[in-house]
Amino acid sequence: MSIPLNYYIVLSMILFSLGIAGVTTRRNPILIFMSIELMLNAVNLSLIAFGRYLGDAGGQMLTIFVMAVAAAEVSVGLGILIAIFRTKDNVDVDVLNGLKG
Amino acid sequence: MTLQALLSGQGLMFLFFAVAAIASGILVVILQNPLRAALSLVINLFSVAGLYLSLNAYFLATVQVIVYAGAIMVLFLFVIMLLNMGQANLNTSYRGVRTIIAFSSAIGFGGLMSAVALKGQPNVMLPADAMVTGSSAGSVEGIGKVLYNPNLPWLFAFEWTSFLLLVAVIGAVVLAGKRQQPSEDKA
Repeated sequence: MSIPLNYYIVLSMILFSLGIAGVTTRRNPILIFMSIELMLNAVNLSLIAFGRYLGDAGGQMLTIFVMAVAAAEVSVGLGILIAIFRTKDNVDVDVLNGLKG
Repeated sequence: MTLQALLSGQGLMFLFFAVAAIASGILVVILQNPLRAALSLVINLFSVAGLYLSLNAYFLATVQVIVYAGAIMVLFLFVIMLLNMGQANLNTSYRGVRTIIAFSSAIGFGGLMSAVALKGQPNVMLPADAMVTGSSAGSVEGIGKVLYNPNLPWLFAFEWTSFLLLVAVIGAVVLAGKRQQPSEDKA
């Protein structure tokens, strides 16, 4: 007897919610990035679970692309962070209001 | 019936990695020290890799460990140490109302989606043939046969992923690399 698909989906939702909580409460941009990684992983888990239970290889293919995009995003994002830190001492996201957002 | 499924070998594996993933995920969200949060995220990524294994995604579990826990987390730790954020800085303490709103919205979203997942179509089980033979879709051979098949849409996206990574490399070098001479004069 195997585990129902729903368990994986609920676990994925819990991890995704933790990522949402991290993104919305954290003020350090690196920790916000790590929470985004948490959310991406949750989505990857649900994709692989769906692919396995529905017999479709597309879930694993999409996960490969999500991983590639996540790696690209992290490298560019941390580059931006280093560039910001070079001009300002503080990397608190509440202080970085140069774009008047 | 479904609770009995958790007591089989596969179910215990799922329980172990799920509890580890949730616990380390909570630590990522609440720990004040960025280094400790990053190391908790490494534990989380390893746990998710274990869950991939339980879903027969062998190749992706390996890639998860190598790329995420290896490359990306080393990049995170490198930047944390480069920017000297290792110690918990006190000005990142939580603020009351915003934190309450954020956590309640996260719990509300997670609860809503979990309710949908549990109510929608109960107990989607593995197809019987996948149980008997074991799926080879997660091996390197299976991944390659689908990914590099010109009749499927993934090959085109795969080729353009290489272009995306090229753009990311150039962007990272331009953003984080040394400033050119004119901007140094300005500064």
